[in-house]
This record gives sequence, C-alpha cells and structure tokens, in this order.
Amino acid sequence: MSFDIAMTGFVALYVLAAFAGWVIIGNVPAILHTPLMSGSNFVHGIVVVGGLFALFNASTHLEQAIGFFAVLLGAGNAAGGYAVTDRMLAMFKRSDAAPAHHGHARVHHLKKG
Amino acid sequence: MLTLFSQIVIGGADLCAAFLFMFGLKRMSSPATAPSGIRVAGLGMIAAVLASFLYLFTVNAAARPHMLVNIGLAVTALLIGGAGAWFVGRKVAMTAMPQMVAIYNGMGGGAAGSIAAVELFGGHTQGLTQLIVTLLGGLIGAVSLSGSVIAWAKLDGVIKAPLRVKGQQFANAAVMVATLAVAGVIVASVLGVGGLMLTTPTWIWIFFACALAFGILMTLPIGGADMPVVISIYNAFTGLAVGLEGFVLQNPALMIAGMVVGAAGLLLTVIMAKAMNRSIANVLFTNFGTVAKAKPGAIKGSERPTDASDAAIKMRYASSVIIVPGYGLAAAHAQQKLFEFVKLLLAAKVSVKFAIHPVAGRMPGQMDVLLAEAGVPYDMIFQLDDINDDFATADVALVIGANDVVNPAARTDKSSPIFGMPILNADKAKQVYVIKRGQGKGYSGIVNALFYSPNCNMVYGDAQAVLVKMIEAVRGLGAAAA
Repeated sequence: MSFDIAMTGFVALYVLAAFAGWVIIGNVPAILHTPLMSGSNFVHGIVVVGGLFALFNASTHLEQAIGFFAVLLGAGNAAGGYAVTDRMLAMFKRSDAAPAHHGHARVHHLKKG
Repeated sequence: MLTLFSQIVIGGADLCAAFLFMFGLKRMSSPATAPSGIRVAGLGMIAAVLASFLYLFTVNAAARPHMLVNIGLAVTALLIGGAGAWFVGRKVAMTAMPQMVAIYNGMGGGAAGSIAAVELFGGHTQGLTQLIVTLLGGLIGAVSLSGSVIAWAKLDGVIKAPLRVKGQQFANAAVMVATLAVAGVIVASVLGVGGLMLTTPTWIWIFFACALAFGILMTLPIGGADMPVVISIYNAFTGLAVGLEGFVLQNPALMIAGMVVGAAGLLLTVIMAKAMNRSIANVLFTNFGTVAKAKPGAIKGSERPTDASDAAIKMRYASSVIIVPGYGLAAAHAQQKLFEFVKLLLAAKVSVKFAIHPVAGRMPGQMDVLLAEAGVPYDMIFQLDDINDDFATADVALVIGANDVVNPAARTDKSSPIFGMPILNADKAKQVYVIKRGQGKGYSGIVNALFYSPNCNMVYGDAQAVLVKMIEAVRGLGAAAA
C-alpha cells in the first residue's frame, strides 16, 4: 500500500468515526449524560490494548517501566469506567417496575461519602 | 505464518470491539436499553484485551529476549490496575462521580501519553508523519493527565480555591509555545540535525515535563463551578490522544474508539457550556469569580418565610407539584427523604414531576443519577425543555437546594452575571416554596429575584430536617382522616 493511500484511508477513518460518535451521542437523552460520560471514559479504556503492544515491544528498563505504567493506567481506566457506568445504569427504573427495596442499601454509600 | 495469523485475529477482535462499543453507546439512547449497552461494550473490551496477547507473536527482535519479563509486567499491571479501579468503582458514592470521571480521563490520557513516550524513547516511529502524530498524541495525553489530576483535586476539595496570579494567561501561553518548540527540536533531532545541545531522550523528557506543566497551569485558575465543562473537555482530549496513538500503533480499534469519545466529549462540552450561558473560551480563559456582582438594590420587598408543615399540607391538596432539585439536595443527603415525601403525595393522587436543569449537579446528568439512586423512577424526571411550559399550570413548584437555575433575573436583568442563561420557570407556578438553609445569597453570590416574588415562600432549614417535618405533617393528616 502506498503511503498516500494509507494516509487518506486513516483520515477517512477518523472523520467517519468522529461523525458516527457525534450522531450516536447526540441521541443519548440528557437524563443519561453522567453514565454516558463514564461510559465514554470506559470506551477510551481501549488504550490498554495500545499499552500492551508498547509493553510487549519494550526492550529497555525505561521502556518497560513506562509500558507498565501505560497498562496499569489503561486497565484502571477500563475497569473503573465499566464498574461505575454499570452501577449507575442499574439504578434507572420505570415507575411500573417493582419498587426497589434494595434502594436503601445503596444509599448507605452516599451517607458515608 | 503465526505472525500473520496473530495479526488477523487481533485485527478481527479489535474491529469487533470497536463495533461493540458503538453498539453499546447506541443502546444508551434510552434508560431501558442502556444497561445491556454497557455489558455489550464490556464484552468488546475483554475480547480486545485477550486478543492483544497475540501481539507476543509479532514483537520486534530487540524485545524478544525480554518477553517473559514483559508478560509478567503486563499481567501484573492488568491485575493491579483492573482490580484496584474495579473495587473503587463499585464502592464510590454517586456524589463523587465527577471526581471519578476526572480520574478516568487522567488515566486514559496518561496511558496514551505513556504509549507515546515508549514509542519515542524506543525510536519506534517511522517517518515524519508518524513522529508528529506521536508527539501530538503524547502532548494531549499528558495535558489531560496532569489537568485531570488538578480537576480531581478541585472537585474532591483538596484544592479549595482557584489559583490565579497576574500574567497567568501569558505564562500559560509561554509554556505552550515552549512545549511546541521542544517538540520541534525532537523532530529535528530524530531527522539527524546536529548542534541541538542535548540528546534526543533528554529533549523527550523536557517535552513531557512541559506538557504536564501546561495541563496543571491551564486547570489551576478555573473555578469550581466550571469543572463540569473542564471534565468534558478532558474527556474529549483523552479520546483524541487515544485516537492519535491508535494511528501510531496502526490499531483501528484505538483510532475509532478514541475518535468516538473525542466527538462525544466535544458534544457534551458544547451542551454544558450552553446550559451555563458561557462560551468554551470564556470558561478556559476568563475567571468566573471575578464577574461583577449584581446590585442588590434592584430588588424590592423581602423574603417571606413559612412553616414546613403548612407548605406540606398545601402540596398534599394540590393537584400538580413540580420539584426543582439542585446540588444542595445531595449535599444535605436528602434525596431519600424527598422521595419518601413524594410517595405520600402520589398516594394522595397529586401529580408530581421532577424538573432537572442541565447544570443541576456538578456534571451533566448527575442530578438524574442521584434521584435514580434514591429510587425515583425515570419517567418522573423531566429535562428543562420538556417541562418548562408545565410550570405555568402547576399548583406548586418546590425548589430544594437550587438557586441560580430558577433565578428569573436571567430572563430580565441585563446587569446580572447570569443574564441569558436558560432557567427553569419555577416562578410561573401558582405557588413557589423554596427550601433553603437560611437567608442570604447562594454559592454564586447572586441575589435571587424569585425569593422576593409575591407567589414565593421560604422554608428555612436543613433540607433533610424540613422534609422530615413535611412527611410528618402529611402523615398526620392521613391519620386524622382515617
């Protein structure tokens, strides 16, 4: 593949991905904006894959140390983003759903915090 | 053969992950489908992480002797980072969500910056374009890391007041220019230009130090009230950095996911800035705290207090009540009591709705999460545009812990710092009750014209204590009737 074609392809990929993101996110109602933000936090946790690539290709102590740091942060980003988003989304219930008795247990966290 | 096979599997898994992320985000268009959305996206992440171990079959010759050590480091980092963040994420209070989002932004930005650092120190970049993109991604990632740490510290109360000194904007600009200049030197150095005084690795260290310093300097002067916009911006920055490093590593999953997040962060930034009646540049480069205060002399009359039980009984016999919660409700930990009171009203056939202003919490949508946590069904929660016309026909508007978002001065008083900000039309209800700690201005320091309006009565006290009294008053009526 010649360089020019590769570049055009990548730019096209960026433009299409950004457009898709804008359209998809634009459809998320305001009530879900906090889980949306933590959910998109989770999505950029995919950076952990890049961290793994960098770490596997590290050949000096410095590269290994920074690669380790990259994977550590990326994994934390992905796992934490998932955990909070999943928790928040589970709280949204319709009024015809059974009343949440376990709601009390959840609020204890809040009082501590 | 094994190399080719690995690349095909990794490519497939990554594409699959990118698709599942998009599909998952798409399911967030309704609270009913959203929980399944995040699970679908989670599967994509697991697939991508597992597949990336196949990178081991493609490593460069220099790294091959270190493979076992690198695998050990990778597994350790995944376990520590993943388990630690998972544990914290399951426990953290919903009121602390803005801090958490700031932390995750910083982590993602830091990871992207670190990838750039490994590529630069290892000399893995090929050609000018790749080098420049690596530097750009590293710069944005590092700014996002250090800026998010400051944002976290402000949201968590570690840093109390915005730090502002004279000539700060000039200093920030100087640091930015220096960072870009160092990036230029690194490019020249890699291209083999001589006479640059320091070695390439030294310049790389200086580059990251400058970028980190810029993130700190840029975030320090921004006031606490503007943090929602700031964390949205860093969300976009981190997405962009991840997307750029995806190009460097030729990984389409990083490119697509990063760009999607970048667009999402930008959109949320625009929404937040609009709701606060500020431009993004205004948030970043001017200081909200220094805006001139409105003159209190413009408002005539006085605040009229009333009793909690009188207000409660009035609401019990109303046919429609709209509740306007603000962050003060969460600060008083009164969401549970509020919903308990609402349930009594519902049992008495009163129509109750919650009206949420976009900046009601400390980040977009936080008040919705706090109400959902307390058990309020999402079909009772309405956003500004959907409910604002209903106030005119409502019997009672109950304002709890909110102030600026119901200040009619935003509509009429050109001298008010919040003039032009979209507000909830609580003042148009037949009767308005405001639960408030005491007389005096809210935390923005702006006088609220609503409190002096003839249809408004103040219920002074701690939100939780007031709601307990209201619940008792309505329960007492029920007992008398039976």
